[in-house]
Formats: sequence, structure tokens, C-alpha cells
Amino acid sequence: MFLINCPFCGEREQSEFKAGGEAHIKRPKQPTELSDDEWAEFLFMRKNIKGVQFERWNHAHGCRKWFNIVRDTSNDQIKAVYKMGEKPPVK
Amino acid sequence: MKNNYSIFSLIKNAFSYHENWEKAWKDPEPKKEYEAIIVGGGGHGLATAYYLAKKHNMKNIAVVEKGWIGGGNTGRNTTIIRSNYLWDASAGLYDHALKIWEGLSQELNYNVMFSQRGVMNLAHNLQDVRDLKRRTHANRLNGIDAVYLNTEEVKKFCPIINTSQDIRYPVLGGTLQRRAGTARHDAVAWGYARGADEMGVDIIQNCEVKGIKRNGDTVEGIETNKGFIKAKKIGVVAAGHSSVIANMAGLKLPLESKPLQALVSEPVKPIIDTVVMSNAVHAYVSQSDKGELVIGAGTDDYISYSQKGSHDIVEGTLNAILELYPIFSRMRMLRQWGGIVDICPDASPIISKTSVKGLYFNCGWGTGGFKATPGSGDLFAHTIANDEPHKLNAAFNLNRFVSGDLVDEHGAAAVAH
Repeated sequence: MFLINCPFCGEREQSEFKAGGEAHIKRPKQPTELSDDEWAEFLFMRKNIKGVQFERWNHAHGCRKWFNIVRDTSNDQIKAVYKMGEKPPVK
Repeated sequence: MKNNYSIFSLIKNAFSYHENWEKAWKDPEPKKEYEAIIVGGGGHGLATAYYLAKKHNMKNIAVVEKGWIGGGNTGRNTTIIRSNYLWDASAGLYDHALKIWEGLSQELNYNVMFSQRGVMNLAHNLQDVRDLKRRTHANRLNGIDAVYLNTEEVKKFCPIINTSQDIRYPVLGGTLQRRAGTARHDAVAWGYARGADEMGVDIIQNCEVKGIKRNGDTVEGIETNKGFIKAKKIGVVAAGHSSVIANMAGLKLPLESKPLQALVSEPVKPIIDTVVMSNAVHAYVSQSDKGELVIGAGTDDYISYSQKGSHDIVEGTLNAILELYPIFSRMRMLRQWGGIVDICPDASPIISKTSVKGLYFNCGWGTGGFKATPGSGDLFAHTIANDEPHKLNAAFNLNRFVSGDLVDEHGAAAVAH
């Protein structure tokens, strides 16, 4: 129930987008050497922050591109939007 | 000893205009130390305290609640109770709860208005039909009553459903669990609170946990806005805020907290005497004793703690409701709200010890915890008291995300858990 400023298309309704969850979870470089605990951490464990969170979104009903946003999950206010590969803005 | 609620106490209190009923629970200040503290005064938390006191002979217990008891998801859900889950572990867990529900009003001497009006799950495509038939067979092997209905039988059981084959998602059949039904959600919280209070449990409201104190790998107590409270055992039942509490203890959980919405209509005369759920089109409906239609919508796909959901979710649900029940097309909706639900990757709960000694979590119930309230409390109490899980909740440990032994209930839970 909020607007998202897609870096490629401009401001659109949130319902056009698909949330992709927590951002900056690094895919393991050498998966074959990972322990079960490390797999669990990568696959399942989430910060699930109440407050400012970095997350991935996809403009599913628009340009279909992925990008990142910084959002306060306690009130859904978006603090910043930045493209994939760009450095996250410091809090 | 509390006075029993009965027809006689009702008549007696009528003479004093119902102004002299004794308080159902006290409003104590926290003591310095407890044997066990339960964080979260919802149905699950209060039930946990109740069974700790009743079955495990613990007397020095506190339930701390940041708001008022039953004010979170206990008071926000659509009150559906059923146990028709696919896997053996889930069937054991949810049917354990259902069996307690069947005698709960008598046990608590508090009318929780448990009504076994049946829950019907609809199938809208061939895969739904196959899945629901498979689930029916699995249920019956586990001793859970379930029958598969064809389209005519669905229509006969609930005549207002549009079974025309011309609609976008035609009704191809459905399952029915007759022992399933609904209960009054507030009464469940209040009944358990009254029962726990009678056995000496301190129910402390407006007491928010600010921190969990650890000494190495052992838990020592909780920091709250009413000061530090010491305890050797702490059970956290904080639903959508479980991750927040876990973070205080330096733990991470496999949960995502999302808004789940529900709405009720204006009250009307009895029109639907059962619960009908459709996972595929995200619509489920029943009618409360006041006459309101109680409608459950879906979750948003983003993490949020704002207790507000998106309008398009409600719109999608009402589209589906109107297609299935054209008779509701002129109903007006009275209220809409959201609750924050803690969703596990496998749509099954966590009732488990943690890597911190004395710290236990009961979470991950996601979109469907209400139905399990009594069973969840009973099994969590067992886990806390014995520092070991009961055999019915052994599969629902935190370690399953490491071992990979998940209990995938997305089919039976979906969003309409």
C-alpha cells in the first residue's frame, strides 16, 4: 500500500512489483565446501528486521528489472532506491 | 479458588446488574524472579503458562505482554480450526490440538464457543483435485476424519456456492472435515488467562521486552520497561515479532514477518453454516454468531510490521468471494485489519529449544496458528518443563533447517492456513 520509485520507470504502485526479500545475501563462492550450518544460514536464516531494511524488488508488471530499496518495515516508508550492483547507501 | 461460571452464577449476578463479577485475572506488578517467563500474552503464550502450571507443577510463572492479552494475532484471525494436514508430523500436531479443543470449554469452565460446523476446502482445477484426494487419503490413514466431495456434494453441503462450470475458477470438488470448525478467539485468550491466573500465574500486561540477558550460552532474564526480571527458563511466543526478540538474544530465525488481512461484513441473518476455504483463489469465508461474514484474505509478499496490508490483496479476495458467492454482491464490509504473521520456509511451526540454554521459541505459525492454540501451549509447556520436546513436536525443531528434514505443508497451509 505504497508507491515505489522504479529506477527505470519512475513512480508506480507497489502492486506492480514483486518483493524479493532481504538483499545482499551473498551466494557462497564454493558451495561444495559449505557445511550444513552454512547452508541453513544462506538458504533459510533471515534478519527479518523491524526497522530499516535493505531488500530486493522486481518490477514484475513493468520493466521486469530487479533493483534494491531501503525501507523501514515498521511503517513501510522507503528511504532510498538503488540499482543492482550499486553500493547501498549508508544508513 | 475462583467461583465457577454457571447458570446459577449468571442468575445471581443478574440481581446486582452484573457489576460484582470477580476479576477473571489479577493485574500484578512483576516479581524479581520467576521459574519461567513466557514472552507474549496471546492464546499460545497463555496456554503455555496454563499447562506449565497445570501439568508440570510449576507455580512461579509470569506471562509478559507488551500490549493487552489477546490483542495481537489472537484477536485478528478468522478463527478457523481444522487438522487436515498432509504429513504425519503435522497431522499429529494439529489433531492433538483439535482433540483438546473438543473438551476445552468444560476444562476451562469458560465458553470458548467451539463450533464443529465443518471446514470445506475447494478444488478448482485438476491438480487441486489430485492434491486434495491425496490429502484426504493421508488424513484418513492418520485417523483424521476427511471426505472428498464432488461438485454436487459441495453444492448440497453449502447451497450458496456457485458451482456453474462457466466461472473463471469452477468448483470441481472439495474436501470436508466435519470435526473442524471455529471458536471465539477472545474467549480462548481470556479462558486460558483466567485458568492460569487461578493457579498463580502472573499475567503482566503493558510490559514490553527490551532485551534478553545471556550469560554465555545460558539465559538469565529479560529487560523490560518494568525493569529486569530474572528467570532460568524463557519461552518466547511472540508471533510476528519473534525475530525481533531472537535478535535481542543474538539468534537468527528462518522467519519472514508479513501482513495478513481479514475483513468482516455487516451482520446478516444466517446464510452460511460452515467454513469454506479456497486456497487456489485465496478466499475463505464463515459467518460469526453475530451474523457478520468473516473473510480471510492473503498475505502481502513483502516484509512489514506495519499491521496494514495492501488494498489489491483485499480486492483479489473479494473478486473470488463474489464469483463463488454471487449472493454476497451487495454486502457491505464493515471492518478490515491486518496482523503480522511469522512465516516459515516450510509453512510449519517451530516449537523448539535453541542454542541458548533455557531459551525456547514457539513461532513460525504463519497464517494459521489459532487452530493449534491448545496443542501448541501443551507441547511448548512440555518442551520448557522437560528441556526436551514431546514426541508430537519433535519434528518441529529449529535444527530441521540445518538437517533439511523440513515439514512442507504449503499444500495444506497455502495462504489460507
